[in-house]
Amino acid sequence: MTERGSIIQCEGVVVDYDGFKALNNLNFIVDYNELRVVIGPNGAGKTTLLDVICGKTKPASGRVFFGQRVNLIGKREDEIVSLGVGRKFQAPSIYGNLTVWENLDLSLKRKSRGVVPTLLGKSTAEERAAIAQNLETIGLKDYAHTRAGSLSHGQKQWLEIGMVILQDPSLLLVDEPVAGMTDKETEQTGRLLQSLAEKHAIVVIEHDMDFVRQIARIVTVLHEGTVICEGTVEKVQADDRVREIYLGRQKVAHV
Amino acid sequence: MGSRRTLRGTEKTMSDGTTNTNRGGYLGFWVVGAILLVAMPLLNLMPPEDSWFHLSDFSLNRFGKFLAFAILALGLDLIWGYTGILSLGQGVFFGLGAYCMGMHLMLTIGKESVYGSDLPDFMVWNQVKELPLFWKPFYSFPVAVIGAVLVPVMFASLFGFFAFRSRIKGVYFAIITQALALAAWLVFNRNDTKLGGTNGLTDFKQVIGYRLSEPGTQRVLYIITVLCLGAAYLLCRWIIRSRAGRVLVAVRDSEQRVVFSGYTPANYKLFAFVVAAGLAGLAGMLYAPQVGIITPAQIGVLPSLEMVIWVAVGGRGSLAGAVLGAVVVNYGRSILTNYFPELWPFIVGGLFVLVVLLFPDGLVGIIRSLKTLLRSRETGAGKAAVAEGKR
Repeated sequence: MTERGSIIQCEGVVVDYDGFKALNNLNFIVDYNELRVVIGPNGAGKTTLLDVICGKTKPASGRVFFGQRVNLIGKREDEIVSLGVGRKFQAPSIYGNLTVWENLDLSLKRKSRGVVPTLLGKSTAEERAAIAQNLETIGLKDYAHTRAGSLSHGQKQWLEIGMVILQDPSLLLVDEPVAGMTDKETEQTGRLLQSLAEKHAIVVIEHDMDFVRQIARIVTVLHEGTVICEGTVEKVQADDRVREIYLGRQKVAHV
Repeated sequence: MGSRRTLRGTEKTMSDGTTNTNRGGYLGFWVVGAILLVAMPLLNLMPPEDSWFHLSDFSLNRFGKFLAFAILALGLDLIWGYTGILSLGQGVFFGLGAYCMGMHLMLTIGKESVYGSDLPDFMVWNQVKELPLFWKPFYSFPVAVIGAVLVPVMFASLFGFFAFRSRIKGVYFAIITQALALAAWLVFNRNDTKLGGTNGLTDFKQVIGYRLSEPGTQRVLYIITVLCLGAAYLLCRWIIRSRAGRVLVAVRDSEQRVVFSGYTPANYKLFAFVVAAGLAGLAGMLYAPQVGIITPAQIGVLPSLEMVIWVAVGGRGSLAGAVLGAVVVNYGRSILTNYFPELWPFIVGGLFVLVVLLFPDGLVGIIRSLKTLLRSRETGAGKAAVAEGKR
């Protein structure tokens, strides 16, 4: 990608749930082709941040710019999707009664998402090739015609990542991809995300510090709705405030 | 948990990702089609009346009514079985279709009516001196036929547009459609609506010149109903096998994912709801001349609930199931109401509870699990024989 600068830029974002500020004057910038990990204790506002970017939650104030010019505030979810923001949810959200192939086929980027074009549309050879390629990437080649509902938890997570990739987003928002995964699956997921980071900007929310160390280049630490520290894994782990937040609760961060 | 819930039982997905049916699906369609379209009318015409094989005019006509209901059930399956939206107001769309045709049939009675007036009898009783304006287009047979489908379609478009835009879903949608059924029932019951009030529209004599009392006319109406059912089935099958049909299932499975894949679920829900309404209207249109009466009692809250039960009993999420359910439940109804008329509501209610608790995939689900059971016994039979020999 030739574009330079930031792909997402949040300025002074406030989300207020009846007096509880889930995000409090948050500033957050991610560059093109960056793999950013966001960590923070429960309730720090990590998921809310993704909700604001993808249009699911409307902030009380603040601005969110996509690319250099497009303001995402006030846009509908599907408009934000078509601009190029893809969202992978925390709990796998896939279509359990359709096959893996059909799940991917519905997610593939096409000219129109309207009822009539979708009713009449036929798959082209290129589209099928893109889906086959995607199956390879997410490691579900042998499961193309399996009912998605009968996949394992880890496979469902990969399927959803595959579905989001097929939307061809320039920014991928990934919420706790390895929760509930085995060690082996976690490692595979890490490799998958790293390979995707070559072509997409990715924001990953994660709790698992081993996983963060595996994939992260830059880590952003959220606490009570604001960014308190940002930098390499080493820098973040050496930060006094980060130690305080984590050690004050539990020894998750191994700092 | 039992057998896994699949939406298209016998369908195989080809390696290139397009879905194709195996021959069984088509074979079933043609076999059932031939029985309904050829064998049933022949059994009515050919064997002498005292023969065991003879199908009486009454039976054929009654079966035509069931098949009209099956058309409605297909639409309901599309919106409920596939898209996961429970509509308790299908009776309204059925009623709109039936009343459109009924109005035309009333107007063709002419001077044959009890009072010998050009006006329908109920208007004479109610001292209506002049035919209301909205009745006038229904002198035309094509207007009645097109209106029977178009009026429910337009009404469902309007109602669905606001309901789905406001993101009304689940039990709330079920409740407002039930309220719609109640409201329609109240409106059609009023004499001021000028649609015959509680007595509805009845005493039809003819349709485009053919006497409705003639068995031949009823036979043709039966055949038209079979053809419409076949067309409705193919339409629904085409929809669910298209990509849009898979979006409908996707809306049921995970609406959030559908939104974040860039689709607008409201549009897809509206589409399924409108198709279902059109099919319900078509069913009503075919019902009126075959049964000879349409009253508000056939379109209110209770009939709308029974329609849901047909689909539940047959097996929701299966088109064949919807058709089967409509025929079986209504056949059961027409037999049982002969012997225990006051028990029917309890039987049909109990049936619903039984199906929901024990057989969530309905009759089709039972048939499917019997098939797999037989298949596993066939393969197990060899081993059993060996074991027998050892003894």
